[in-house]
Amino acid sequence: MASTPGPKGRPEPPMGLMRRLDAALRAAFPAVFAAALMVLGATPVGVPGLMMAAALPCVFFWSIFRPAAMPAPVVFVLGLLLDLLSFTPMGIGVLTLLLVHGVAFRAREVLARTSFLLGWLAFCVVAAGAAVLGWVLQALLGWQWPAPMPGLHMFGVAVGLYPGLAWILTRAHMAMRRAEGAAP
Amino acid sequence: MIRLSIPLRQALARLSLPVLIAVAFGTMLLGKADALLVERARMALADALSPVWTAAQQPVTAVRRAIAEGEALMKLRAENARLVEENERLHRWQAAALALEAENTLLRRQLAWIPDPAPQFRTARVVADAGGTYARAVLLAAGPQHNIRKGQIALDERGFAGRVTEVGARSARVLLATDINSRVPVTLEGSRARAIMVGNNQARPRLQHWPEGSLPREGERVVTSAEAGAFPAGLPVGVVRWTESGAAEVELFAQLDRLDVLRLFDFGLAGILPPEAVARPEPRGRR
Repeated sequence: MASTPGPKGRPEPPMGLMRRLDAALRAAFPAVFAAALMVLGATPVGVPGLMMAAALPCVFFWSIFRPAAMPAPVVFVLGLLLDLLSFTPMGIGVLTLLLVHGVAFRAREVLARTSFLLGWLAFCVVAAGAAVLGWVLQALLGWQWPAPMPGLHMFGVAVGLYPGLAWILTRAHMAMRRAEGAAP
Repeated sequence: MIRLSIPLRQALARLSLPVLIAVAFGTMLLGKADALLVERARMALADALSPVWTAAQQPVTAVRRAIAEGEALMKLRAENARLVEENERLHRWQAAALALEAENTLLRRQLAWIPDPAPQFRTARVVADAGGTYARAVLLAAGPQHNIRKGQIALDERGFAGRVTEVGARSARVLLATDINSRVPVTLEGSRARAIMVGNNQARPRLQHWPEGSLPREGERVVTSAEAGAFPAGLPVGVVRWTESGAAEVELFAQLDRLDVLRLFDFGLAGILPPEAVARPEPRGRR
């Protein structure tokens, strides 16, 4: 990074180790948090589809509010992790999360400005689409009709998790913004 | 860091999603084409994460135990009455069992019966759900020097739970009897008729392919069958339940929704394992 002095005000201090670490942590937080949530979602609490339900809100939220920290390659890796962790046929999690990211990213201008309730509603639509896509892919790759109930269940859990997760992620997003604002 | 011009960077950012979606389809093909590679990757990941899950398991178990404790306290009186009644019933059964055991020993002595070897087993803790949305499987944490093999049979404290399908260095995956890909040859204990228990991702697997004329009776006990050499005969599985729509289902003895610990039995059966699992020359010490 160049430390050229700005047109006015004090010159930007050189990027120290701590500041660089701070920035790297901030950039990595969304992906690491989503991955950690997925790993914890694998604990056997008797809720099938918890991992997918935990991944969807994270990808949706960050693709809207901080797309730089949740770019498509990161979403791909998260999807791969999801597929490997959940022992589902490979590719289902990857494709679902990438499409969710794509939709949220395209509509982020609108979605970032709407109220929380409308955002939740949009998430419901996206999660329903993800559930249907997951079901169809499962049918194609497993070559048998899966029962629709687990998909519905996953949708319900994702929609139920969204407000809580969005609350936490909004707090994190605000804190990061403040930190970025404070940094000269 | 490589410096790119802004238009090039924007073009790359716009291209990355379609390219990655294409790669996702490639992943699907790879998963279909090279199942062994995917399995290795999965078990390597599971091995790496199994300590994390073991640690995360503690609070989950604590909460679950607290809830169970609370429920037990709520219905202590009713539970006590039920237990007294059950104890009486079991006492009668114990008397019958002792008489039968004595008779059995006597008969065996007369027949010069060679007893089955006592099966080896080891216990492993369930640390993660390894099923995703459309499958029913659990992941077990095992020590670094475990001798868990594919095809071993998992029982909880009440009955048959599933079979080991993937084995890693310190973890193993058990496909539960309720999974949609699970097919278990069973015997109906009353009529000695054979049938197949087919998982459907619901709590109760279905019964199929019983011989004509020997309809499963409601409440009949279902045990495993030695047919196909995948299971030993006579492991307790569940009881027959008819649904209102007229399908025969098995209510499992094992409580698959609250598995804590599974016992893995090595009966030394190679059964219907995939070829690559059987071809491996593994000396199996049988005593």
